[in-house]
Amino acid sequence: MVLLDLTLNALATGLLLGSIYALLGLGLAITFGILHVPNIAHPVLVVVGAYAVAYGNLAGLDPFVAAIPAALLFYAGGLVFYEFYYRVFERRGGTNTLQSLTLFFGVGLVIEILLLVAFGADPKSVDVDYVGRSYTIGLVTLPYRLLVPALVSPLLLLLLWIYLTRTHSGLAIRAVAHGEAALGIAGISPRWIKRHAFGLATASAVFGGAALVILGPVGPFSGHAQIGRVFAVVVLAGMGSIPGTLAAGLLIGLAESFVTSFLNPSWSPGVAFAILLATLALRPKGLFGSAS
Amino acid sequence: MSGPILTATGVEKTFGALKALGGVDLALAPAERLGIIGPNGSGKTTMINCITGTLRPERGRIAFAGQDITALPPHLRARLGIARTFQIPQPFTGMSVIENLLVPLDYLGHMPDRRGRADEVLRSVGLQGRRDHPSESLSQLELRKLELARALVAGPRVLIADEAMAGLSEGEIDEILDILLALNRSGVAVIMIEHIMHAVMRFSERMICFESGRIIAEGGPTSIADDPTVQRVYFGDHAVRSPAKGLHT
Amino acid sequence: MRTVALVALAVFVAISGFFAPKLGINTYYFYAGYVVLQYVTIATAWNVLGGYGGYINFGAAAFFGAGAYTAAVLFKLFGVPLPLQILAAAAIGVALGVAMGYLTLRVQGVYFAIATLGLVVVLETIVHNVETFGGARGLTILAPRAPDWFGGQTPYVFFVMLLIAIASVAIAVWIEHSWIGRGLRAIRASENAAECSGVPTLRLKLVACAVSGGLLAAAGAPYGFYASFLEPGTAFSLAVGLNAIAMPLIGGTRSWLGPVLGAILLGSVQQITTVTISSELNILVVGLVLIAFVAAAPGGLLGLWPASRGAAR
Repeated sequence: MVLLDLTLNALATGLLLGSIYALLGLGLAITFGILHVPNIAHPVLVVVGAYAVAYGNLAGLDPFVAAIPAALLFYAGGLVFYEFYYRVFERRGGTNTLQSLTLFFGVGLVIEILLLVAFGADPKSVDVDYVGRSYTIGLVTLPYRLLVPALVSPLLLLLLWIYLTRTHSGLAIRAVAHGEAALGIAGISPRWIKRHAFGLATASAVFGGAALVILGPVGPFSGHAQIGRVFAVVVLAGMGSIPGTLAAGLLIGLAESFVTSFLNPSWSPGVAFAILLATLALRPKGLFGSAS
Repeated sequence: MSGPILTATGVEKTFGALKALGGVDLALAPAERLGIIGPNGSGKTTMINCITGTLRPERGRIAFAGQDITALPPHLRARLGIARTFQIPQPFTGMSVIENLLVPLDYLGHMPDRRGRADEVLRSVGLQGRRDHPSESLSQLELRKLELARALVAGPRVLIADEAMAGLSEGEIDEILDILLALNRSGVAVIMIEHIMHAVMRFSERMICFESGRIIAEGGPTSIADDPTVQRVYFGDHAVRSPAKGLHT
Repeated sequence: MRTVALVALAVFVAISGFFAPKLGINTYYFYAGYVVLQYVTIATAWNVLGGYGGYINFGAAAFFGAGAYTAAVLFKLFGVPLPLQILAAAAIGVALGVAMGYLTLRVQGVYFAIATLGLVVVLETIVHNVETFGGARGLTILAPRAPDWFGGQTPYVFFVMLLIAIASVAIAVWIEHSWIGRGLRAIRASENAAECSGVPTLRLKLVACAVSGGLLAAAGAPYGFYASFLEPGTAFSLAVGLNAIAMPLIGGTRSWLGPVLGAILLGSVQQITTVTISSELNILVVGLVLIAFVAAAPGGLLGLWPASRGAAR
């Protein structure tokens, strides 16, 4: 009975966590998965999003509601950031991975320190009435701090997926990955579409941040713990696949949850990393990736 | 005549849904000059990548001097004596011209005097004046020559020149052709992939035409030029009415 | 000629370091100098893979911390002497480097970089949770008395670090001018062309991972003796990971001199400024300088000096 209880709860927690991980990795699925821009600063952007949401929450807004206006600002920020990246690298012809990675690394670090200097080392959290309560079905207890973001996540993923597969500019984003020349002929500037996609990815970080800060307090360096996870999600998904992102998130969430429940909670940060390494070594195309 | 130095049998390669090579057979005799033509995307470079080992075909075998090399990585094929140049020159930036040549000599050569050998090759392609210049500073022609020098410095048995003359002027094309012909006279088999038709026709003893991942014609330069299939591929149907005009210029 | 000059310089520096304690120099300078030398080692080690080969390692702190903890635990449990600690730490670093490289290098360079980012988090988690490593509380290390000659612990660890730094630079110089360095630079320029020119690229990258990882771990080995205390936060510090990248990129990655120059410059400035500004602001400034160099001067300081471009080699 205890074993069944433990298993069912691990399963439920894993699915909820996994759904949230998919949301955290969503922006990276666009920048890294589709555009092949290795934005290792993405987890830091998620943390910034969490801070923005936390301040919106001080004004009494629900985190996900606060995320909507913040997302607009983030979109604009993403455009500016990509423009900078473009001017530094892409225009020089042939992106140098070493340099672009270093740039994102430096930018991420600088943002973290700025957060630390501006807001102090104390983690931020949100005050919403559902945090702390939970929903119980039979043996399974679902805390709302997991349940709410876990339900919002698939919705956002679905929206993005519809956008990418059904709209003109969405299709153009996907086309950009396959060949810029064709896009230029179709009358859309690859630079514009990439900038737009980067803006979307940055905006998605706010929603990731909202999920993260509902889940628990977020400090300036909370992004570090997410790096392994988000890249594991994107690589396991098969670069840029949105349904794959959800599936990969769920898989990683389940793996972490079972390790936490049956082995030792302290090992769970290593799980995503192990999955990432195993994927790279065994199936670099990911679960849902097409050959490239 | 001994047997072929290089053979490919039934080579197949797909990229996602695209069949880049659909069962290609190819044989190269020692010291032969083989020209490969075909439209862009017809599988020429994919075939070369399968021969040099950059790509692994899904099906088929590649053999070199009687040895099956299908599973060998590129550096081991280079060690056996397969050398290549790249369509877009890929110099080792951050190194001087002579250092570019020392890379293959470090890893392939068993020569006592490596710098002497590098200097000799630089002279033979006319780059001795640029010996100590950084490879980033070279002109298009010089880059093409550097590619060739780097490919032939360690004494390969087969050289694959992938559009080694693209973007060059007539006089420059002649310079590259002279280098390749001299190399061939020393006993090296050369595969030339080229869009510049008069150059490849002048150079080759035998020619192959690729289309959609298959070999659609094979023969001497003149018979290839007059082949109606080749003409249709290259000039569309209307060209058949004015045979070989474009091909012979 | 050049080799003779470099060897003479190395011997001179080592001897100076040996006799320095006798000159009545304030202990603070040994204390600060240790950190600069530690960074000379770290930057040089990072550059073997990152600069020559073009494969970026964000996890220098993971290797450094692994070295520090290996040495500390060997000393605490078995009383292993310092030279053996350093060798053991280097061995662990080599193993980590090869393992990381083997798992990620066959795909694409960017994955190696991402994996190294994750490695820091994982190692830090392990240390946090294993009792032998002292967990989050850390380990106190009471080092045995330093040899009398040095007149104190600090000048002694300074001298040990000096020897490690000299050895690292010597290894980097040798690699740079050997066939290994030439192969790595070919890989950085064009991996495909290198492979087709006969360079066994995977094996060479693994060699670079091993050397780089070993030296990074060696740089961390004496840290426990230096600080008398080891905790996950400092052993896997953000500053180590950042400086490992920033110093070579700011100095120039093409030759061994770049990282040494970058480490001495940035390391000294940081040592001076920690007195006046917080370590966070220090990291912020280094981060901004790094971004500026990556964006505007990818060749580093040495690249700004035109004479070094063509004539360097």
